[in-house]
Amino acid sequence: MEKNQIALNFERIKEKLNILADAAKYDVSCASSGSNRTNTNKGLGNSTGMGICHSYTEDGRCVSLLKVLLTNYCIYDCAYCVSRRSNDIQRAGFKIQEVVDLTINFYRRNYIEGLFLSSGIFKSPDHTMERLVRVAKKLREEENFNGYIHLKSIPGCSDELMYQAGLYADRLSVNIEIPTISGLKLLAPEKDHKDFTKPMAKVKNEIVRYKNERKILRNTPKYAPAGQSTQMIVGASGESDKDIMYSATYYYKTYSMKRVYYSGYVPVMKDSRLPSLTAKVPMLRENRLYQTDWLLRFYGFAVNEILNDDHPNLDVDIDPKLSWALRNLQHFPVNVNMADKRMLARVPGLGMQSVSKILSARRFRKLNWDHLKKIGVALNRAKYFLVCDSRDWERRDLEAEKIKGLILQNSTGKFRNQYNQQLSLFN
Amino acid sequence: MKNTTTLIYDGSFNGFLTSVYIAFEEKLNVADIQKNSQGQNGLFSETQTIFTNVEKAKRVWNGIRNKSYNTISTIYFAFLSETEGIEYMLYTYIKKFMAHKGKQADFSDDTILYIAQLARKVGREKHRMEAFVRFQLTKDNIYFANIEPDFNVLPLISKHFRNRYADQQWLIYDVKRRYGIYYNLEGVEIVSLNLDEIHFNRTRRSKAFTDGEYDYQTLWNNYFKSTHITSRINRKLHTQHIPKRYWKYLSEKKEAV
Repeated sequence: MEKNQIALNFERIKEKLNILADAAKYDVSCASSGSNRTNTNKGLGNSTGMGICHSYTEDGRCVSLLKVLLTNYCIYDCAYCVSRRSNDIQRAGFKIQEVVDLTINFYRRNYIEGLFLSSGIFKSPDHTMERLVRVAKKLREEENFNGYIHLKSIPGCSDELMYQAGLYADRLSVNIEIPTISGLKLLAPEKDHKDFTKPMAKVKNEIVRYKNERKILRNTPKYAPAGQSTQMIVGASGESDKDIMYSATYYYKTYSMKRVYYSGYVPVMKDSRLPSLTAKVPMLRENRLYQTDWLLRFYGFAVNEILNDDHPNLDVDIDPKLSWALRNLQHFPVNVNMADKRMLARVPGLGMQSVSKILSARRFRKLNWDHLKKIGVALNRAKYFLVCDSRDWERRDLEAEKIKGLILQNSTGKFRNQYNQQLSLFN
Repeated sequence: MKNTTTLIYDGSFNGFLTSVYIAFEEKLNVADIQKNSQGQNGLFSETQTIFTNVEKAKRVWNGIRNKSYNTISTIYFAFLSETEGIEYMLYTYIKKFMAHKGKQADFSDDTILYIAQLARKVGREKHRMEAFVRFQLTKDNIYFANIEPDFNVLPLISKHFRNRYADQQWLIYDVKRRYGIYYNLEGVEIVSLNLDEIHFNRTRRSKAFTDGEYDYQTLWNNYFKSTHITSRINRKLHTQHIPKRYWKYLSEKKEAV
């Protein structure tokens, strides 16, 4: 069972793994969920609908896949990328069998859910993509591996290769990286915006086609069952939150993305077009963008409710839902015992878990503050926006600024040290 | 008024379900349901020893499952939490569930909410064990792992590992409860072992494992380190995701322990 390959070249492989994992870590996607591949013929592995995070990095991100580059040699020179051609770093490349062996042996020890394979572009996009597909094919066909495989689509590769990739991979992704076309021209002048969207469109069409065929023929093979995703860098090219979220919405709608990831720009090299090396990673901003993303996907918000020309950027000190509620006080207070699901989901301090618990529980009796607290509602925020079965509720006709002040005063936040709002309380 | 009765059962889930069956059938006024290892008699109650009967347990299981599949798994999950007094709590829960249709969703009822939250905790532990088990390959070609979960989750994770690692022999051993599950390529069986040593992630190498095993641990350990982005370090979040009590068995945390 043990392959001699790794034992023989242990030191060399260790070195390659360090270089190529290090270069791959800026890809934030690590989802292993949403696929459905059962273990057939007593083979190895499966992927159920729920993903598993096998470990977490010290920056708190999940590690569920072996995330490596096939190689970090690259013919392109995109300003935001560590592996760009003009960057003076160590270069390495894996052999196909080496990636296969690592994946299988890590998987057997329950370290990972599968493989996330990306690559620098060597020779040509097609040449690179063909290698990536070969790794996936080998895992599926020779090793009878049913775990999760996430392949990166190389911008500019042919439709035929994209088609093949989807047959072996669970998820495909191509990182748009720069949310605006003008930003892309500035930071990655050699790449064309169309090179990114073409593979996306191909994958989307194939998924639709396979889904339709499946309706007729039940044993149609799977095509990228976990869909596709993309990633945008935040804070590298001066775009507003509105630009980012509007283009995210575009990708969700046009290409039926499963996920759009937002990655705060980590300064890795000196370039006059980019934030300086000492600039802080915009983690708080990234956090607010994810909150917005969730509001759009799960809470029934439309993007122009949260971000529009009057509010092109998200508030730093409060979350986007609270910020929306404060701008729209005419909808509140909401009666917990009467309101519909859509409106409950819009109350600050209520998550979807609480909403569904409230909907179940209120069929039995009218709920009061005590019930809500036990269910897990964040009352410190919710109490200004709710009435329930209690004589006790916020009767004062408070102004938005005042509510915001009270909430900030009575709560703590992990990013609180990054902004100082103390003064505004006494305005 | 009828006297109250304390039921004594053998500690198994089937034993508990049998107790519930008998309590319902004989219309007992139950004071408590206790494991036979506990043996705490109430001052004013009689005791009755329950002999586990799979048929009777099945009747209760099916009776609840036919009404709601989620509820029977909630009950099983909560039972495996091994919380003190869980049996009586679950008995109350089942009584409420049988009396009112759809009662399992009444989260304004303290018992219902408590059991639902407890089942969720056990579910979280189950999920964590599916993630944090680290197999080490022994010279007998068995993938071996020690675990020390907060709750008794081995019965819950067996199916996951059986489906996933169908082509390798594996053994997961619960150090705290002194039993393990072993997959022999055919099916899963419960085993108890006399372990000379507990295999947590110490740096000293054990002779029990293959040489290649330590190569892969080193590679994994290195890989783990290269995934950190130093400018984003957030240790608090890190330990929230992997609480320190699990570190002992994680090979990527070798030096940290």
